[in-house]
This record gives sequence, structure tokens and C-alpha cells, in this order.
Amino acid sequence: MNLLRLSLAYIHARALNAALNVLLLALGVATIVVLLLFTQQLEHRLERDSQGIDLVVGAKGSPLQLILSSVYHVDIPTGNIPLADAEKLKANPLIKASVPLALGDNYQGFRIVGTNHDYVSLYQGAISEGRLWEKSYEAVLGSDVTAHAHLRVGDTFVGSHGLVEGGEKHEHSPYTVVGLLAPSGSVLDRLVLTSVESVWEIHGQGREEHDEDEDRADPNKPRHVQPQELTALLIQYASPMAAAILPRQINAQSALQAASPAFESARLLSLVGVGVQTVQAFAAILILCAGLSVFIALYNALRERSYDLAVMRTLGATRGKLLAAILIEGLILASLGVALGLLLGHALTEVLGNWLHAAQRVTITGWTVVPGELVLVVAALLVGLLSALLPAALAYRTDIARVLARR
Amino acid sequence: MAGSVVVLRDLRHAYDGRDVLRLDRWSVAEGEHWLVLGPSGSGKTTLLHILAGILTPTQGSVSIAGQDLRQQRAGELDRFRGRNVGIVFQRLHLISSLTVLGNLLLAQYLAGTAQDALAAHRLLAGLGLADQAHSLPQALSFGQAQRAAIARAVVNKPRLILADEPTSNLDDANAAAALHLLLDQARACNATLVIATHDRRIRERFEHQITLGIGT
Repeated sequence: MNLLRLSLAYIHARALNAALNVLLLALGVATIVVLLLFTQQLEHRLERDSQGIDLVVGAKGSPLQLILSSVYHVDIPTGNIPLADAEKLKANPLIKASVPLALGDNYQGFRIVGTNHDYVSLYQGAISEGRLWEKSYEAVLGSDVTAHAHLRVGDTFVGSHGLVEGGEKHEHSPYTVVGLLAPSGSVLDRLVLTSVESVWEIHGQGREEHDEDEDRADPNKPRHVQPQELTALLIQYASPMAAAILPRQINAQSALQAASPAFESARLLSLVGVGVQTVQAFAAILILCAGLSVFIALYNALRERSYDLAVMRTLGATRGKLLAAILIEGLILASLGVALGLLLGHALTEVLGNWLHAAQRVTITGWTVVPGELVLVVAALLVGLLSALLPAALAYRTDIARVLARR
Repeated sequence: MAGSVVVLRDLRHAYDGRDVLRLDRWSVAEGEHWLVLGPSGSGKTTLLHILAGILTPTQGSVSIAGQDLRQQRAGELDRFRGRNVGIVFQRLHLISSLTVLGNLLLAQYLAGTAQDALAAHRLLAGLGLADQAHSLPQALSFGQAQRAAIARAVVNKPRLILADEPTSNLDDANAAAALHLLLDQARACNATLVIATHDRRIRERFEHQITLGIGT
């Protein structure tokens, strides 16, 4: 017999009540774990995809849309910019490097991106089979595309018009797969890469095929790249000074817009963050409710147990031992709640992550640990301890002779 | 007094300024069996609580097994009580979340003595509770529960056993049996036994008696 076994015996005697408290705490902890894992991995993902890109230049419109479309490849582009403007910009001494992007088609929902080999180096992408593209109509597939489409080096495929599945197919100009990329954990994984010229040529031929005015009438449909146009230019600064000068310089031109991925993703996260904070506040309330419930349970149990406590004192228990016994009971309930909550949170994240991966192609896993969880565990255990503190203090102060004389 | 387990001097206890117990001098020798008599409200339970060290008298000195209880610090007093005093409550007060054996082991643990499950089992078997060792107290009959409570009081081989009204709710046969058990167990560990009761049926069994009452 020891205090731990004594506390366990008391928990066992009120198992249903204990289970309810544990579940309440676990739900609060699980909710926060899910949020922590999601935001952490999303932030990491946003950071990874925008690394090395100081500025994005594209057509005028929403800067957030420009970043979402040309860095993260989730939104439709703001429009296109003339190649001549891009070439003029590249000569600017404040620019160290630039990567052109030409968008307009997709293959089974994966975007076909016309660019140069620097785009692959930007994400430290590596070829796992074959080689990078050299000529027109040669394509290299990201790892997710390979897994999804079951294409191999040497196979051919045709792109569809537009950035989402279901567009008109460019049957007359099939691409040939010349290389496959190894998984990089970045946006490269879900892109089909080819040369800018390929994208131009396909749409150059296509001019007679579909009516330009019809396309423009639908604002939801992006204006696809025409020959001698680019969708965006990804820019790396030559010096920190460029950050102060270049965006203003570019935005002053009537046709171009410059947006910073760092600034726009911070803005995006702060927008998302409001929602996350709201849910986090609810989860914190849930944890506090669990603490309150543990408190009420222990406090009520104390009234039932006042004779037990007095008897234990007559058996030789010091006040300190009774205090410890009640604190241990609160701590056991909190530990069980936290353990169950962590398990539940990670499992739920994994399930949601898999579902999201299928729906949105965003990779989120539950089998990872983030530093915030440690804070959460300590905080939840503290709530359990605090909720046991007042009942424990009351047990400590019990006047045993008075309790035992009660009839 | 040599060999005295209990020595009380000039004892007086008051609740809210009203005297409930007055005892000028009382001493109990090692191994003696005493009956504390008196009507309800005469201070019998108060006296037992003072002897157990769970109540500090308003004035007077209390010495148990050669130790002056007023000189001991709180933690020491708790441990001293656990090792030297066994109490059988009128309402038994077995810990309902623990089995009968668990109650005995708890008594050993809280007294700070070695936990000896074998000795506890043997004690229970001697009281006819071998089959109830792993039962919860709610599953016992009153007689069985009372025997379990007596077992818990004597498991640490105390020098002083206190019993509060052990026979008052029992019929003649059961009262005699309960008394017999208490005397047996007290003799087995050579303990001093003090029984507080208003039950006149058991008076003739004791040669040492003290009667409490207002003005005593």
C-alpha cells in the first residue's frame, strides 16, 4: 500500500466520474494539439516554398493573389506581363537572379509550369530518374505527380487548358516525360515543369482554336499566357538595399506589380491566425472546464470522504500525507487526460492530414512533435494540480476529532 | 507510575467555554482492561479522542506509554498514534474504496511499519475473515465488518486499544461475541484495552471501571 495505490483505489471507486473528467481534459488538449500541429506544419510549408524568393513581379491585382498563384500555386494568376518588361527588369543591378514562370495549363489538376532550370535549384530539387528538360515539349514531373499519374520516363501526356482539371485538352501537342524529381517537401512535388517556350508554342497554336474574347468574358478563368508573355518573375535581391527601392520602383510602372512572399504569407498567417486563436481560446476554456470538473469531483468526494481522511489520521497519517494523496489524485486524472489528449490530437491530425492530402495536396502528418506541446502538457498538468489544491488544503485542515464526533 | 500506559492529571476539556470533561487523576497499568461508563454527553468519546491524541485537552497533562502527548510535534504525534494506539470506532469507518486486506495494509503503511501481507492474512483468518480479505467493506455483514475493524485496530500490535461503544447496537449474543473478540485480541498483543460504553450488559466483565458525568 502507498499513496499512489490509495489514490488509484479512490479513482477506481468513482471510475465513471473520473473517466468523464479525463475525457473532458483530453478533448481540450487534443484540440490544441491539432491546431499546433497544423499551424506549425503550414508555417513550415509556407516558409519552405518561399525560401530564396525575395520578390515576385506579376500583373497588377491583389498582391496576396500574386503570391498564392506564383509561389504556392494555389490561386489563379493576376494576369500576365510582357516579356519585354521582364527582360528590362532583369537588367536591373539590384537583382541578383530571377526565374520566369509561365502558367496556363494543367495535367490532371497538377499545374504545368514553364520555367528554367533555376526554378528546380531554388528548392534544391534533384532528379531521381532521367534528366531535366532541354527542348520544347519535354517535361519533368514532381514526385506527387509521378505517384498520382503513374507516368514514367518516355511516356507522353497532353495538358488541359486552365489551371484546374476539366479544361479543353491540347491533343495536338503532347509532352514527353524526360525526367522525374525526387520528393523535396516543397511545391515542386506537385508541379509539372517544362520550358517557357513549350507553354508559348502550345498557346500560339491554340490561338485559332479558342476564341480569346470568350475567355475574357469569364472573370474566373485566368488569361493564359500568350507568346512573349510571362505570368510572373521570381526575384532574388542583390543586396538588402534592394528591398527598400525595388518594390516601389516596380509598382510605379503602370503594368507591373511587385509583392513580397515574406510579407504576404505573414499577412495570410495573421488572417488565419485569428481563426486559430479563436479555436485555441475555446480549447483553453475546455481545459479550464475540465479543471473545474476535477475540482468539483474532488471537492464533493472530500465531503463523502471526510470520515476516511479522519480515520487515516488516526491510523497515523500526517496532514502532509493526506495533502499529497489528494494532489496525487488530481495529478493522476490530469496525466491520464493529457496522455489521452496527446494521442487523440496526433491521431486526429494524421487522419485530417491524409484527408487534406487527398483533397488539397497539402502534406500534414500527425506523427511529429512540436515544441508548443511541451508548454501544453505542463499547463494542463498544472490545471489538474491547481484544481486539486483547494480540496487538498481542506483535507489538510480537517479537524479530525470534530469529524469523528459527528453523528 | 511504573508500568502505566495511561496517566492523566488535572484533565479538563471545554467546548465553547462549557466543561464537557473533568478528570483529576486517572492511571491505567499495562495490560489492564478498563470500562469508561457514563450517559450520552458525559464526555466518553472526548476522553477517547484525548487518549488517542487527536484532541488536545483544554488543560491538564496526558501521558501515553510514557510519552507526554503535549510535548510532541504534530507529525510525531501522528506517527506515535499510528504505532501505539488502535481505535475501533462505533461506526467502524472502514475505507470503502479499499478491500479488507487493503484496509489492514493501509494501517501498516500509515503507521510507518513494514507492510506484512502474510501477517495481515493470518490475523484475518484468526478472526474468520479469510474469505473476505479481498472483499470491499460494503459486501460484509455488520459482524464481519466489525471484526475487520478490530483487525485493523490491532494489526500494528498497539500498546493501547480504544473502542467506542463496540456493543451498543448488537443483540446479547453478538455483543458478547464482540466483547470476547476485543478481549482476546488485547490479550494476544498484551495491549491495554479501554472501552467507552453506556451498555450496562457488559459491566460485570470488567473489574476496572470509571464513570464519567458532569461534576466527576
